[in-house]
Amino acid sequence: MAEPDCKKYLTLSGLEPLVVTPESNFINVGERTNVTGSRKFLRLIKEEKYNEALEVARHQVEGGAQILDVNMDEGMLDGVHAMTTFLNLIASEPDISRIPLMIDSSKWEIIEAGLQVAQGKCVVNSISLKEGESEFKRQAKLVKRYGAAVIVMAFDEDGQADTYERRIEICKRSYDILVNDVKFPPQDIIFDPNIFPVATGMEEHRRNALDFFKATKWIRENLPYANISGGVSNVSFSFRGNNVVREAMHSSFLYHAIKNGMNLGIVNPTMLEIYDEIDNNLLELVEDVLFDRRDDATERLLDFAEALKAKGSTSTSKDAAVQEWRNDPLQDRITHALVKGIDTFVIEDVEEARLASDKPIDVIEGHLMIGMNVVGDLFGSGKMFLPQVVKSARVMKKAVAYLQPFIEEEKDGKQEFSGKILMATVKGDVHDIGKNIVSVVLGCNNYEIIDLGVMVPPEKIIETAKKENVDVIGLSGLITPSLDEMVYVSKVMEKEQLDIPLIIGGATTSRAHSAVKIAPHYSNTVVHINDASRAVTVVGNLLQKDNAIYKKQIREEYDVFREQFLKRGKKKEYLSIEEARKNKFQIDWETSEIIKPKELGIKVIEDFDITKLEDYIDWSPFFRSWDLHGKYPDILKDSIVGEQATELFADAQVLLKRIFDEKLLKAKAIFGLFEANTVNDDDIEISSVSSSGVENKDEMYRFLTLRQQSKKSAGKPNIALADFIAPKSSGKQDYMGCFCVSTGFGTQELAAEFEADNDDYNAIMIKALADRLAEAFAEYLHKEVRTKHWNYAKNENLSNEELIKESYKGIRPAPGYPACPDHLEKTTIWNLLKVEDTIGVKLTESLAMWPAASVSGYYFANPEAKYFGLGKINKDQVEDYSKRRKIALPEAEKWLNPNIAH
Amino acid sequence: MEIEKYDISAELEKRIFVLDGAMGTMLQQYNFSEDDFRGARFKDYPSPLKGNNDLLSLTQPEAIAEVHAKYFEAGADIVETNTFSGTTIAMADYNMEDLVYELNFESAKIAKQVAEKFTKENPEKPRFVAGSIGPTNKTASLSPDVNRPEYRAITFNELRIAYKQQVEALIDGSVDILLVETIFDTLNAKAALFAIDEVKEERHIDIPIMVSGTITDASGRTLSGQTVEAFLTSISHIPLLSVGFNCALGAEQLKPYLQRLSNETKFYISAHPNAGLPNAFGEYDESPEQMQSYIEDYLKDGLINIIGGCCGTSPAHIKAIAEVAKNYQPRLTQEFA
Repeated sequence: MAEPDCKKYLTLSGLEPLVVTPESNFINVGERTNVTGSRKFLRLIKEEKYNEALEVARHQVEGGAQILDVNMDEGMLDGVHAMTTFLNLIASEPDISRIPLMIDSSKWEIIEAGLQVAQGKCVVNSISLKEGESEFKRQAKLVKRYGAAVIVMAFDEDGQADTYERRIEICKRSYDILVNDVKFPPQDIIFDPNIFPVATGMEEHRRNALDFFKATKWIRENLPYANISGGVSNVSFSFRGNNVVREAMHSSFLYHAIKNGMNLGIVNPTMLEIYDEIDNNLLELVEDVLFDRRDDATERLLDFAEALKAKGSTSTSKDAAVQEWRNDPLQDRITHALVKGIDTFVIEDVEEARLASDKPIDVIEGHLMIGMNVVGDLFGSGKMFLPQVVKSARVMKKAVAYLQPFIEEEKDGKQEFSGKILMATVKGDVHDIGKNIVSVVLGCNNYEIIDLGVMVPPEKIIETAKKENVDVIGLSGLITPSLDEMVYVSKVMEKEQLDIPLIIGGATTSRAHSAVKIAPHYSNTVVHINDASRAVTVVGNLLQKDNAIYKKQIREEYDVFREQFLKRGKKKEYLSIEEARKNKFQIDWETSEIIKPKELGIKVIEDFDITKLEDYIDWSPFFRSWDLHGKYPDILKDSIVGEQATELFADAQVLLKRIFDEKLLKAKAIFGLFEANTVNDDDIEISSVSSSGVENKDEMYRFLTLRQQSKKSAGKPNIALADFIAPKSSGKQDYMGCFCVSTGFGTQELAAEFEADNDDYNAIMIKALADRLAEAFAEYLHKEVRTKHWNYAKNENLSNEELIKESYKGIRPAPGYPACPDHLEKTTIWNLLKVEDTIGVKLTESLAMWPAASVSGYYFANPEAKYFGLGKINKDQVEDYSKRRKIALPEAEKWLNPNIAH
Repeated sequence: MEIEKYDISAELEKRIFVLDGAMGTMLQQYNFSEDDFRGARFKDYPSPLKGNNDLLSLTQPEAIAEVHAKYFEAGADIVETNTFSGTTIAMADYNMEDLVYELNFESAKIAKQVAEKFTKENPEKPRFVAGSIGPTNKTASLSPDVNRPEYRAITFNELRIAYKQQVEALIDGSVDILLVETIFDTLNAKAALFAIDEVKEERHIDIPIMVSGTITDASGRTLSGQTVEAFLTSISHIPLLSVGFNCALGAEQLKPYLQRLSNETKFYISAHPNAGLPNAFGEYDESPEQMQSYIEDYLKDGLINIIGGCCGTSPAHIKAIAEVAKNYQPRLTQEFA
């Protein structure tokens, strides 16, 4: 039999073939169809404006892209759906689909979804040894079976390669596995040996470019037929804002990389100077840096860059820049301090400004506002990131606080604000990180913020709005019952004839919810804001003098959106609850191994040593809470937010160390393990055993689970959590557990302290960290339960990454989350464990936990138990549930509302 | 008696193989009625069954065996099983999804028995059976609804599962080769190749695979829009016995595309064109002699390793093709090594 096609060139295809021969020089990959690299594309995909998204792709092809990179990795997107839909649409556009696709994701399921809809030979971007050899082989084998080429990152179990030796070691190892074990065609392998920034001022970055060149050359000489790729713009990362230097760096880097054997990659053609046209002097400085030819190469290039552009606009090397900017004129120094978030000299600068001004108020309205406007512009154009803006605000607040006594003394000036904004987290909800961030950002833009805090009842919002004559009301909330509370607030506002625009934000809120459920009840404008950066624009538009057009536009937009949303006609089919129960998840209770917990009953952990939790922290959500998107630790090296993420992470570490050293937060937990059996299909009966070991018949508790009702494809069950517990009728005694952990004790006081010190940055930081610690505690406790108290997985040995990926046996779903969205279940846990009496975590009227940094949930140990999403349920189940819960139907509907199909 | 296992690849080094002609055209001559299609077994089947040619392997097995025998007599080295529509996807038209395994297994056995009989009679010319794997009636990379370009009537996974079932049954029925043919959507073919590769791995077997695409018209592209070279690139990741084209075009129209394919690959080349283009009545009327002369042009240019016929071809066409094929050397593949 013949060998696979044997021209040893990388050959790809869309509707037409692409052969990468030595004569091809350099294959350019179009990368604007990437949600992580293009805000515009992300917005289009999020808003499902696929036609416009296709235009982005078409523009890339017309602009000369030879391969189209498509990436849908964004937390709020259903990546599989977005990838499938977009590639299907591309398939129907012959002028786009003529070129091959690069399916780009860090999630294997998204890569696979892309491969399943592409008829041509694609490139998978990327796989690596990061998760170990067996996962690498598994993925490589599938890539081959799908008929794709592959980018292999120089990344292994120990991390990303950052030296010449590590680069070639990992590439060689990857190559040998691919070619010898997987029988992967060597010409279909594309190595990405990591392009990292140079001239960062860090000693260990000096050889980044040189090592890349050397590794590239080595690979081309020693790993036959393999190709080399990379993202070029990374290299000039430290010169963001100085395009002259960046373009020269890109051209020179590319020129040498190609000479050394790089044959494809991502380059923005508009960010590329022609090599021969680079100023000779600049070229020499750039190449000194790229080749690490002199010790002072970085400084010389920095000096040149400084001279080239206005001062301050390019400097990133902090050590070198600190001295210099202190010699600038006063206004430049104040602006610099605000932009960079440096508060060291701000009091002395502000004092100098005060002495030079007629009135102290002029310093705020002049010097400080000029600086903050620069911050606002940079943030608005995506050149600054959220944590930086919050730091700017800290500097601003310190300056204002210093000036306040002087202003009061004069008694003839008051700060003129652009508008007054009322901010509140609605009744029953305690989550305020997002609200605080928006407040700070708006505060930076000269809006006066009246922050009513958390759990604010509607009356107080109305009363304050009237009394203070506010211009905009902002409502925030995180848990699902808050959605209904917002609807209620909007109705009350209408009744009270408030004529004030309403802005809505928070994790569970959405444009759809605002358009469909809130806007129809309220005559003034309702706008949903999904990230802090949009808040400034939206509020600005709402408060401009002639805002009628904007308001009308928003209203029409939401009307159209609502109509489309409602018209989208949920064609989903549902089973009756009886049918769904017949199609339950089947576990063979005759053979299924049920392990009796080593210790039954309730246990309390007080005064837990919180430092133990450090290794269990999942950092990715921490960055998300600051609007920095990406997976930890990759995010620290991300080409766009990497630098900012690194800085934020360092600040977090400082505060975390304080928390640990000074024992600033208290962690407490309670959990119980009980005999349990499923009764009547969906209920779990718990036998609470008293401390003396005697079963207490009076204290029978029931967990009420909800069952998936959407019609499934053949063979797929309609799951409820009750399916994971043996039914009473099986005659087998089964077990389950529940828990509550909190690391929030002390958070509020600390945040208040920071706020009093005008330090919003750390006030938000402490809350974000407490949230992470609570999640880490839940993870830790689950592990302890699995391996000790219940002891059903005594030989488990999982890394933190594996824990984050939920590789463990058994599950710990939490009420209020997808598998069991019913918050009322928390009251059962509270009664069963006596949570409030024992460890002091309370439930609000919307059943949010207080302190906010708390986690509660159940434990299921069956090896077949898995996480799932309930999805929508039908009226018949809600009626049935109201009887089981012994509450009136309308109340049941209120609690389950987000999950009821309409 | 044990039949000696022949190395097909080695045989192909020595001579040009002849593939059979159309099955459907031959079956039309039997004029089978609805009752004949049903046979005794499906007398009371709720849906109409006339036109379900694959079903005849169960209800009229003698007729199927007879057609295979006629092609072997005409000089064919390989016959294709009567399983062009043998997937759950295509059989859904007749509500016969549950019969898919049996249809493929029995069809393979019928063809294999005839082949073994001919091999036994003349061991110098061993005969082979290729399991025919058709494209199904749905496309994975085209939307059937112009207003919903993102919609697909079938997914890769659905195709993969259906193909896997067909492949397993064909292998259980002991076919010698798998022939993924009449590919108008490359993504469907990739799902078939994915399934075959899985079966090969699970069963620890190797089995030669032939892949045959369809160039739909003078645009020189597949229905799903790929050029000859893009098509080849998209299916070359699995080791193949041969790659080629069939259907849609006659031998004359197909030649330039075979030439391009031949330039680009070191797999063996196959072709089984139609008996010309359909006439005004939708019939194929190119005579065996005409077709023979076009095919002889292929042979003179050294383009071919496996040659046969598709729609409208009969044992007479195959006989004419076999007569010229034996006078020429097969296409050489070494030059690419």
